Order: sequence, then C-alpha cells, then structure tokens
Amino acid sequence: MRYAFYPGCTLHSTSREYDLSTREVCRRLGIELTEVPDWICCGATSAHVSMHLLAVALPVRNLWAARTMNGDQVLTCCAACYNRLKTANQEMAEDQEIRNQVNQLLEIDYRGEVKVRHLLEVILEDVGVEGLRLKVSKKMEGLKVASYYGCLLVRPPKVMQFDDPEQPHSMDDLLTAVGAQTIDWPYNIECCGASLSLTRTEIVLRLCRDILADAQARGADCVAVACPMCQSNLDLRQRETEAAYSLRFNLPILYFTQILGLALGAGIRELGLNRHIIDPIPLLKAKALI
Amino acid sequence: MRWEISTSALRSDFVKQVEANGRQNILACYQCGKCSAGCPVAHEMDILPNQIIRLVQLGMKDQVLNSRAIWICASCETCTTRCPQEVDIARVIDALRNMAYRERRSSPEKEILVFNRVFVDNLASLGRLYEVGLILGYNLRSGHLFKDMLKAPGMFLKGKINPIPPRVKGARQLKALVKKIEAKERGER
Repeated sequence: MRYAFYPGCTLHSTSREYDLSTREVCRRLGIELTEVPDWICCGATSAHVSMHLLAVALPVRNLWAARTMNGDQVLTCCAACYNRLKTANQEMAEDQEIRNQVNQLLEIDYRGEVKVRHLLEVILEDVGVEGLRLKVSKKMEGLKVASYYGCLLVRPPKVMQFDDPEQPHSMDDLLTAVGAQTIDWPYNIECCGASLSLTRTEIVLRLCRDILADAQARGADCVAVACPMCQSNLDLRQRETEAAYSLRFNLPILYFTQILGLALGAGIRELGLNRHIIDPIPLLKAKALI
Repeated sequence: MRWEISTSALRSDFVKQVEANGRQNILACYQCGKCSAGCPVAHEMDILPNQIIRLVQLGMKDQVLNSRAIWICASCETCTTRCPQEVDIARVIDALRNMAYRERRSSPEKEILVFNRVFVDNLASLGRLYEVGLILGYNLRSGHLFKDMLKAPGMFLKGKINPIPPRVKGARQLKALVKKIEAKERGER
C-alpha cells in the first residue's frame, strides 16, 4: 500500500511525536508513505477567515503536487489539514467559479480528483480491524482511553463524509482492536477552541477544563487524539487549566498512533512518548504496557 | 440589546452579497436557535449565531461586521452540522469575516485580527507555518510581549520547538500568490 503523504506544518514542529508515531505505525502495517514534494501550509483557520480564495488555493497547490506524483490519493493525519484539503477539493469539484479562479491563479487544471484520506480511515478501510489485530504484539489491556475526535475530523459531515458526525467510533474501533478499553463520554466531539489558543486563551482553558474534567470523571487514564491542535491545547495548556480552576487532571494526551504503535511493538522514543508535557510514561509503566 | 432597523438597511443588497459569497440560502433560516444552542463559544459572543443570521436577513451590515461574535467563532462546524434548514452557518460567518477583512474593518477582538495577519504573513514568507515565528510575531504585534514565554523552555526540552525555520522550494512563488490574492480581494500590496 503506497500513499502520497501530506504531514502538515505542526508535524514538523510542535507535534513531532505524531510524525514519528505515524511513520512507525505505517511501517509496521505495510503502509508506504512518500512525502508530497515541497508541500506548503494548508492555511488552516487564518486563511479561510481572511480570504476565501487563499483558503482554496493553498490546499489545491498541495493536491496538485500529490497528483504530479501519480498519486490518486493523499494521506494526512492532521485533522485540520484533512478538513482544509477536503473542503478545497469539494469546491474545486463543484464550484465552477472558484475552480476557474484558482486554476487560473495557480496555472493548473485541477478538478478535485485526488482523494484525501485520514490515517484513521486508511487503517480502518485498507488494513482493516482484523488486519490490525493480527499484527498486535502487545495488547493494551487495562488502559482506559477517552477517544477525542474534536471538530474537524468529522464536521461538517457533507464535506468530510467520514464516520458519524455526532457519534464517531473510528478511533474507538482501532483502539479496542489493540486491546485498549474506550470509555463512552459526551465530550468526544466538543471543540477545544484551538484557533483561539493564542488570542483568547481563557476561552480555551474553559473548554479544556470541561473536556478533561469529563474524561477524568468517567475514569479515563488518558485521552487519545487524531489532531495536533487538540493535542497541543489539551497537553500544553493542561497545567494552566488546572491552575485556573484549582483542579488536578494529570491526564496524558496521546496520539492514537502512539497507542497503536505500542501495541505493534514500537518503543518509547520511536513513538515520541518522551515528548509530552504531561508525561505518559508513569501511567504506561503502572499498567505494565512498557 | 436594542437595534434600530432602517428601511435602507432592509432594502440593501447585503443579504444577497452574503448569500452569493457564502453560497447559502440565508432566508431559509427560521430562527430555531439550534446553532446557538450547540455553539461551544456562544457564552463569549455579543450576538448569538442565530442572531448573526437574523441580522444578515435584515440587511444590518454594520451590526454584524463590527460584532465580536464573528471573530469569536472557532470554526468548529457544530452549527453547520446541526442546522435543520441546511444553512452552512460556519461558511456564512467566514463570508462575513472575509467581507470585514476586505473592508479593513477593525474589531474589538483586535488580537484575533492581529493573529490572522501574522499567520498569513508567516506562511506567505516561509511556505510553511513556523510556530516560533508565529508566536513571537503575534506577541510583538499584539503588544502581549511575554505571553506563553514561560512555556518555551519546557517545550524546547521536549523537542517541541524547532529552532530552524522551514525551507520550502517555491516559497517565493507562494509569496507572489498571496500578494496576488490579497490584491484581488482588497487591492493592496
């Protein structure tokens, strides 16, 4: 299985552990990744709130680059990139005016033909739950995980067309396949406010508190995420959230790829588990998972 | 809150503009309020999401474009997902923000405007987002010089800060592209 890979900016900086663990999991599942040459930022939130044309042009440049690699699909593991690439794709396919403007600006002829897929989707559909289960060398037994989907992975459903927008289960399916126990909780699709993280931090702390408090109250040992923005908000701002509300969570925020990676036999450093602000290593040791 | 509605507002083509730019049928909204009920940041807004739509329907451009609410929206897409009339509210809010951007309107949420500017400049000059540059640029231009600086040493030790900015082939063409779009949008640079 070969895929063009669009890592996105954060995988090269604040979420290196997502990049490491993604590559590790893919290698072990026989998923071959080739980085899209000279990929650029997808524009994330700031482009689409400023200039619509820019918000479409940036992802399209990357999709076009993926197409020139003879790729008919591109894989990404960042929920924000996934969302922006898919949104741009849909507009290029369905909105003639935007398509003409963007094609003219970039001097290309793109019509939304490259399929955009998230790693969750690729593992579920191309490897399969059974295929994954067969490769498990260490079952994640005893680990209670709150799967946190956040916003952009499943919303808006008309664009994303992935999983259930109100009751998603793709991450739960993968985590339970490797032996972890996932909890039922209502905050799995609530927003963490990432786009306001630098500008209106107090809003973000309140949203993080609600999410973390509910995960904790329902007995989760850790939270699993599939988005670098969710991870950095819940991990980097967790101590601040605790201080603001006089609470104590100490909940490690792991990428789902790190948990899958452990189950597939990868080591702590290979998965970047040493790179978290809320250190997950004591928890994993206590559960005898490392 | 009290609003004065004028006949000129009611007769303006603001609703048509927003409908065209956002590709939405805004008049389909019958004010059920489901968008506001599910909005995670509604408690911070001066006008609620359903009120944004109502004001657009009534042609009250200044009240909408000068609101805090359009900038507080975190683009989580919950409203869009749940609208029974299939109005893409998040897309409407984007169209409004684009309009405010085009008209160079200021906002009481000036930090958010500064952040967006720094973000776009950052990606335009490097091709990829460089978070160190983003945070420093934001702090300098917003005047919150030391915001989040206490986190830097810990992040550096955990390997979360890359001291070297990204280098992408074709970054120069990208800068030209952003300039071109910017000029098309609001005739500047």
